[in-house]
Amino acid sequence: MKKVFALVLTFAMVLAMFAGCGSSGSADKNTIKIGMTGPLTGGASAYGIAVRGGMQIAVDEINAKGGLQIEFRAEDDEADGADKAVSAYNSLKDWGMQILAGPVTTGSSLAIGAEAVNDKIFMLTPSASAEDVAMLGSNVFQMCFTDPNQGASAADLMAAKWPGATIGVIYDSSDAYSAGVRDGFLDKAADLGLNIAVSDASFTSDNKADLSTQVTQCKDAGCDVVFLPFYYTEASQVLTYANTIGYKPTFFGCDGMDGILTVEGFDTSLAEGLVLMTPFDANATDAATASFVETFKKNNDGLVPNQFAADGYDVIYAIYNACVAAGIDGTTSAADACAKLQAEFAKMSVDGLTGKGMTWDANGMISKAPAAVVIENGIYVPMG
Amino acid sequence: MQSIQYLINGISIGAVYAIIALGYTMVYGIAKMLNFAHGDVIMVGAYIAFCVTNYLGLPSFVAVAASVVVCTLLGIVIEGLAYKPLRGTPSLAVLITAIGVSYFLQNAAQLIWSSSPKNFTSVVTMDPITLFDGRLVITGEVLLTVLVSTLVMIGLTLFTGKTRTGKAMRAVSEDRDAAQLMGINVNRTISVTFAIGSALAAVAGVLLCSTVPTLMPTTGSMPGIRAFTAAVFGGIGSIPGAMLGGILLGVIETFSKAYLSTQFSDAIVFCVLIVILLVKPAGLLGKQVQEKV
Amino acid sequence: MKNFFKNRTLRGNAVTYLVVIVAFVVMQLLSSIGVLGSSTKGFLVPICVYISLAVSLNLLVGICGELSLGHAGFMGIGAFTGILVAAVLKDSVSGDFLRLLLAMAAGGLLAGVVGFVIGIPVLRLRGDYLAIVTLAFGEIMKNIIGNLYAGVDSKGFHIAISTSKMKLEDGGKYIISGPLGATGVEKLATFTMGFVLVMVTLFVVLNLVNSKEGRAIKAVRDNRIAAESVGINVTAFRMKAFVISAFLAGMAGALFGLNYSSVSASKFNFNTSINILVFVVLGGMGNILGSVISATVLYVLPEAMRGLQDYRMILYAIVLILVMLFTWSPKIKSATSEFTDRVASMMKRKGAKAHE
Repeated sequence: MKKVFALVLTFAMVLAMFAGCGSSGSADKNTIKIGMTGPLTGGASAYGIAVRGGMQIAVDEINAKGGLQIEFRAEDDEADGADKAVSAYNSLKDWGMQILAGPVTTGSSLAIGAEAVNDKIFMLTPSASAEDVAMLGSNVFQMCFTDPNQGASAADLMAAKWPGATIGVIYDSSDAYSAGVRDGFLDKAADLGLNIAVSDASFTSDNKADLSTQVTQCKDAGCDVVFLPFYYTEASQVLTYANTIGYKPTFFGCDGMDGILTVEGFDTSLAEGLVLMTPFDANATDAATASFVETFKKNNDGLVPNQFAADGYDVIYAIYNACVAAGIDGTTSAADACAKLQAEFAKMSVDGLTGKGMTWDANGMISKAPAAVVIENGIYVPMG
Repeated sequence: MQSIQYLINGISIGAVYAIIALGYTMVYGIAKMLNFAHGDVIMVGAYIAFCVTNYLGLPSFVAVAASVVVCTLLGIVIEGLAYKPLRGTPSLAVLITAIGVSYFLQNAAQLIWSSSPKNFTSVVTMDPITLFDGRLVITGEVLLTVLVSTLVMIGLTLFTGKTRTGKAMRAVSEDRDAAQLMGINVNRTISVTFAIGSALAAVAGVLLCSTVPTLMPTTGSMPGIRAFTAAVFGGIGSIPGAMLGGILLGVIETFSKAYLSTQFSDAIVFCVLIVILLVKPAGLLGKQVQEKV
Repeated sequence: MKNFFKNRTLRGNAVTYLVVIVAFVVMQLLSSIGVLGSSTKGFLVPICVYISLAVSLNLLVGICGELSLGHAGFMGIGAFTGILVAAVLKDSVSGDFLRLLLAMAAGGLLAGVVGFVIGIPVLRLRGDYLAIVTLAFGEIMKNIIGNLYAGVDSKGFHIAISTSKMKLEDGGKYIISGPLGATGVEKLATFTMGFVLVMVTLFVVLNLVNSKEGRAIKAVRDNRIAAESVGINVTAFRMKAFVISAFLAGMAGALFGLNYSSVSASKFNFNTSINILVFVVLGGMGNILGSVISATVLYVLPEAMRGLQDYRMILYAIVLILVMLFTWSPKIKSATSEFTDRVASMMKRKGAKAHE
C-alpha cells in the first residue's frame, strides 16, 4: 500500500512538474496580457480580493469599448514575501504576462519587484507603499503614497490643526506598512516639535486580538490625538473599545483606514470625527466614482469598494492608457513594453478615482495631493 | 489604579482564552489529540451568531443557541468523517488531519462569507461600570466572559465527576483499553466529547467576538493557538488548569505590554511560559504521571 | 558487494540517494535543454530546502519521537544569519559559491548553537509539553527577528534589536530592517547547492539513524525507561538529535533566505512549522525517502492547482485530509488492500486463461 501510494505521488509530481511547462501560447496582436498578484487566500485576502475586483471592472470596461483588449489574470501570492510570491509571479510569466499590475502587499512586492527588475517587466503596484519598493529599480512604479511621506504629511497636518496637542501612536510592529508610516511620522514630528506622549504602543499580527492595553496607555497618558497608522480591520476594534471605556480623543488614520465605514455590522457612529488621509471616497458624486462603486457593489454582493479597489482600477487604466500612447500591443515583448512604458510614465499625467493629475517621479513614486477627510454623519467631509 | 485597569483588561482577554482552552483541554484529556481545528470551529460559531443577529434580526440569545447547535453538529460531522476513521493510529496522524480540517474551515468560510472583515455586535447590552471618575472601567463583556467561563468550568467538573457519561469519559482518558473491557463504548464517549467541545467552541466564539469585534475567516486561529498554550500552561487535561492558565496568560500578556514592551510582548509571554514549564513540567495544575515500567 | 545486497538498510539508503541523484540529473538536463518553465525552475531550490527541513524534522519527530512545532524558528535563524554573513563577506570573499557555502555553514552553526542552548532546559520536557515549548521558541524567534535591524554605512557594520528604525549614516544600506525583513538580498542560491544540501542532510541523518547511536535513539523513542535501564544516556542522545536537526534546518534556512531578494520574519511562523510537520507525517514517520517525496509533492501540489483560482486552498485541504485517511485509516487500508488483492487475482486468472 505504502509503495502504491509512493508511486501515485511520484506520478502526480511528474504531472505537476510538466503542468508548469505549458508555454505562453500564441500572442494575439490586439490583446495585451496584464498579470496581477495579491493575497487571495489567508488573513490578508480582503485586500487582494478588493484590488482584483477593482482591476476586473477596469478590464471589463476597456474590453467592452473595443480597440486594444486586455487579457487579465490574477494569481494568489498569499501575502508571503518569499517563495509563494515568486512562484505566483513565475506562473504569470509562464502564462506570457507582458505587464505586471501588482503585487498588493509590500512583502510580496519586494520579492517580486526584484524579479521584475531582473526580467525587465514593467511593474505598477496599486498598494505596496514602502519606499524600498519604488527604489528596487527604474521599472517599478507605485500608485499609492509611500509610507514615510504619508507619516510626514500626517505630522504636518497635526502640527497645523492641533498645535500643542498630546499625541499617541498605536501601530502594528509586525507590519512593514504600519511601522514605515510610524517611522516617517516620528521623524517629522521630532522636527516639528510635536508632543508625542505614547510612541511605543504596538501590537503584532499574533496578538492583535487584544488592543485594549494600547488604548488604555493612550488614555492614561492623556492623549488628545491618537494616530492609528494601520488597516481598518484593527481600527474598528480600537474605536469600539475606546467607545466602551468612554475615551474620546481625535483618532487619525491613514489610507489603510479607508473602508472602516463599510465594515459589515460596524456602528459607523463610532467613527464620527475620525480623521483620515485617503485618496478615495466611495461617496464622491463624480460620474466615474459613482459608476465604479455601483459596478463593484453589483459584482461583490453589495460590498462597497475601498481605496484598494480604487487603486487597482486606476492601475489598469494608467497602464492601458500608457500602452495605447506608446503603441504597445500583444506582440510587443515584455522588455520592449517595459522600456516604452517607463518613458511614457515619466511624462504622462493620469486622472483617476484616487487623484487628479497624478504624475510619477524618476524613482517611480507617485505624486498626488494627499487629501485629509473627517467623518461626519457617516460620510467623508474634506477637512477645511 | 492604572494597574488595576490593566488587570481587568488582562482578565477580559484571559477569560476568553480560558473558555477556548476549556474546549481544547476537554478534547485533549479524553481523546488524546490536539484538535488544531478548534479555533476554526470558534470562528464558524461566531459567523453563525453574526448571521442570525444581522441577517435574520433575531435577538442574541437565539443567535447563541443557533451557533451552539450548528457547531455541535459541525463537531460531530468533523469527528465522524475526519477523526473517527483514524482511531487507534498515532496521535500525530490525527493532528495532521485536524490541520487539514482547519485549512478547510478557513477557506470554506472565506468562500461563504468572503474575506472582508465583519464587525461583530456584542451580545452584551449592559453599560460598562465606571469607578473612580472613569479611571476604572469594567465592561459588561468582562463580567459575562468571566461568569460564563467559571460556570462552564464548574459545569464540566461536575459533569465529569458525577454523571455516568462524564465518568465514562474519565475512564477512557485514564486507560482506553481497560475502559473498553469494562463495557464502556469508547467510540461513543469520544464522539460525545467532541460534541461538547464544539458546543463550547460556539460559546467561546460569541464571547471572543463580543470582546474583540473583528470577524474574519482567520479570526479563530491565533486565539486558538494562544488558548492551546494556555491549556498546556495550566496542565493539559485539567479543567480548572485550563481556566487558570487562560486567565494567567491574559494577565501576563497585558502586563508585559503595559509595563515592559508592546513590541516584545509575544516573546515575553512565551519566555514566561517556558520558565514555568521548566519549574512545573506538567503545567500549573497538571498531574505528574509516573511512568510505568 | 554481496553484503550490500543482503543488507536491507544499506539497500534502502542506496535507493534514497539514487532517487535524489536521478531527480537532480533529470531536472538539470531538462533545464539545460530549456524545456522547463519559469515556475518549474523556481520550484527547484525551495523544494531542496523543504526536503532538508522535512528530513531533519523527521530525525526529531519520526526517529526520536519528539514533537517539535518550532522548526521554522531554526530555519529563520539560519536564513537571517546566512543573509547577514553573505552581505558582510561581499567584499572579502570573491567566489559566490564559496560565499554561499560560508553563509550556509554560519546559518547552520548558529541554529545549532541556539538549538543546544535551548535544548538544555527544554529537553527535560516530554511529549506535548516539549511541543508547546518548541512552539513558544518559534514565536520568540519570530518576534525578535521582526525587530532586528542591521546595516552597513561608512562607520562599518551595525546591528541592533530595537523598537524603531535604526539610523544609519547617509549612504548606508540596510540589510535587515525590522518588520520589512531582509531586503535587497543578493540571490546566491543555486539548484546545485540545493542538491548538495539535500545530499548532506541525507548523509548525516541516514548515517546517524543506522549507527549505534541511531539504534540507541530509537530505543529511547520506543521505551525510554527500558533504554535508560540498559545504560543508554537518554538526554545526551536526545540532545544530539536536537542539535543536528537544528543545524540542518539552519543550513536549509540560509539557502532559502539567499534564494529570494527579500524575506521577512513572518515567513518563519507557526504555519511554516506545521507545513514541514505535514510533510514528515504524510511521508511516514521515520521514513526518510517518504519525507523526500512528500515534501516535493506537497510543495508542488498547491502550485499545480493554481488554475483552480479561489478554490485552490480548499481543495488542497480536502486532498490533505483524504490522503491522511487513505494512508492511515485501518479500515480504508484493509478495504483497499482487499480491492487490490481482488484485482490482482482477477488479473492472474485472466492471464491464466489467456495462456490456455
